[in-house]
Amino acid sequence: MFEYAPAPESRSVVTIQPSYGLFIDGDFTPGKDVFKTINPATEEVLSEVALGAPEDVDRAVAAARRAFATWSALPGAERAKYLFRIARIIQERSRELAVLESLDNGKPIKETRDVDLPLVAAHFFYYAGWADKLQYAGFGPDPRPVGVAGQVIPWNFPLLMLAWKIAPALAAGNTVVLKPAETTPLSALFFADVCRQADLPPGVVNIVTGAGDTGRYLVEHPGIDKVAFTGSTEVGRQIARSVAGTGKRLTLELGGKAANIVFDDAPIDQAVEGIVNGIFFNQGHVCCAGSRLLVQESIAEELLDSLKRRMATLRVGDPLDKNTDVGAINSAAQLARITELSEIGSEEGAERWSPECSLPDRGFWFAPTIFTGVTQAHRIAREEIFGPVLSVLTFRTPAEAIEKANNTPYGLSAGIWSEKGSRILAVADKLRAGVVWANTFNKFDPTSPFGGYKESGYGREGGRHGLEAYLA
Amino acid sequence: MTATATSRLSALPDSAVNLRAFLHGLPGVDKVGVEARAAALGTRSVKTTAKARAIDLAIRMVDLTTLEGADTPGKVRALSAKALRPDPADPTCPTVGAICVYPAMVPVAYEVLKGSGVHLASVATAFPSGQAPLDVKLADTRDAVAGGADEIDMVISRGAFLAGDYAKVFDEIVAVKEACGSAHLKVILETGELATYDNVRRASWLAMLAGADFIKTSTGKVPVAATLPVTLVMLEAVRDFRAQTGRQIGVKPAGGIRTTKDAIKYLVLINETVGDDWLSPDWFRFGASSLLNDLLMQRTKLTTGHYAGPDYFTLD
Repeated sequence: MFEYAPAPESRSVVTIQPSYGLFIDGDFTPGKDVFKTINPATEEVLSEVALGAPEDVDRAVAAARRAFATWSALPGAERAKYLFRIARIIQERSRELAVLESLDNGKPIKETRDVDLPLVAAHFFYYAGWADKLQYAGFGPDPRPVGVAGQVIPWNFPLLMLAWKIAPALAAGNTVVLKPAETTPLSALFFADVCRQADLPPGVVNIVTGAGDTGRYLVEHPGIDKVAFTGSTEVGRQIARSVAGTGKRLTLELGGKAANIVFDDAPIDQAVEGIVNGIFFNQGHVCCAGSRLLVQESIAEELLDSLKRRMATLRVGDPLDKNTDVGAINSAAQLARITELSEIGSEEGAERWSPECSLPDRGFWFAPTIFTGVTQAHRIAREEIFGPVLSVLTFRTPAEAIEKANNTPYGLSAGIWSEKGSRILAVADKLRAGVVWANTFNKFDPTSPFGGYKESGYGREGGRHGLEAYLA
Repeated sequence: MTATATSRLSALPDSAVNLRAFLHGLPGVDKVGVEARAAALGTRSVKTTAKARAIDLAIRMVDLTTLEGADTPGKVRALSAKALRPDPADPTCPTVGAICVYPAMVPVAYEVLKGSGVHLASVATAFPSGQAPLDVKLADTRDAVAGGADEIDMVISRGAFLAGDYAKVFDEIVAVKEACGSAHLKVILETGELATYDNVRRASWLAMLAGADFIKTSTGKVPVAATLPVTLVMLEAVRDFRAQTGRQIGVKPAGGIRTTKDAIKYLVLINETVGDDWLSPDWFRFGASSLLNDLLMQRTKLTTGHYAGPDYFTLD
């Protein structure tokens, strides 16, 4: 191989404060306790962040409630101006944000630069456009905002998940209290600064950092009208229980175990790219990752050889290097979970393979891995691993492919690879998944609704559908 | 490709009917997917030492080309002299891979290049359209070889290919290959006229099966010349062909590659699609003219730290 010389993006383009308070009512206020956020690629401490206590959440909800009266009364076109301004500031500061996100999350700069940040800006632009057209969105002639939204987001796409939550909420006239994930609070705090730069009225957006308890207190808070959560199915269940009977609106975007189905008439080289993108994009920390490869038995061997050859070219390492394809695992806890499930895969008899790749000594790393000889009975075919680990299963007929794809408690996404259009349509129609990609995978767009069936949650985010959760 | 694939395709075509079935049995190419992959590889960042290596390699891969009605012996002699010493100010600068001219200019170039190690390529077979009877194409080829060309760049009959007459295209390549004798045969697919990636993959296999030593994208004489995704499809074809037959075929994108940045994108494509074995002028060439001066300019920038103006690099 022709070795590329190191091509690191400059770390100095972004300034990280040694400590951050909570963003409440337009100001940063210190918290009583703090926790540290680290760079998962090096385990270096990046900053100290306030641990939101119940009284902090009370203050944030009260601020959001006060702001709601004026924010919701603004004409849609006025709210749109703020959202457009936020979108433009994000574009202008996207290099800073991309570096910050890579540092705090561990994902490669190539992805934050080319995927996360463009999508974040696109989401704000898209929903800004809706703000003055809500009466034409199909939710009645005079849709009203719901009120104060409590939003809890995950660590895999920190800023993008924030955009998915905040952009439609604000466009519809709601105010929000958002809790970013414990391991990735920095881009949300940076976003707080973007809100101030855009002169967003105080209290419309409040960011309360913290751990699980902070999030629980927020979703259980009697002062909020709507809960939006993206994260694990286990936590989603607890939230559904706590919200039941309170009259709060709830949307959940939870786990997945997507089938990526490759038929024998697939465009093989592009299917291999799609498989790689489906499971190794963002280190596999993707709820809609194509973590189960279902390949037609007649081409399985050929496809797997191509896949292995392709995997051998994946560049694992420094997330800030512009040529890195696979970055660091987000946390020690997540690494432990991936390691444990992978060991179970081997114990249960599946055959494990990874390309040769040297991993850095410090930080949290896991080599891209595939398991072959996996059946529906293996735990690695049923449980969400949320890491760069692919389970390969085979099928004989389209009917069997559909049956196996649907044989999961989840139903977030699926992929179909075939050159035959009629087959794609017929199979897509029978898959119980919120998103079905054909001859592509992990493609996102603000205009397209996203959400799950079954244990993958309920409600839709994105597109016109994404407004529904924030309108009464 | 693998044992399974080999057995699936084991019957390499031995008749016109088989040829058609074989070519149409190749896996399809998804347009969106192949273009996305080529664009993604185009974002690789090749800097400092890697860039220096890439530039020298790219210079060695250049087929320095002039294919104009206005070509004269004087012009061809000047170009040939440049091929031998691309940068007169820096003796460490490598020579280019070859000179590429019309058959009538072959003897002129031969006088300058003989014994130098720089190859002499000639277009032939009624370049660029290929619309001439076979015996004319063969005579064209023999003339070029007799004049000293050791590489022949032929064009396929796109008319026959698009009409579905694969056997005719196949037979012409076989005949030209024979007329080449020991000269290497590059087969120009003129991908801009084939229009679809499926056609590019089929034409690549057709040319390789018929005995091509190299497959080349374009003549440079139609509006769409070499592109990254077309070259990616062709690289996949030579990779799969070698896996199945053991025979390695070279690839030459030509036309429209003008900058170092472009050239490096092609090298990245080779690197991450077919690997080391093709990272050599024996297996990859750029058909280009203005590319060379940009490579030289960037090379000087890397060694001296500053850009020199265009007057510091020689005209072709």
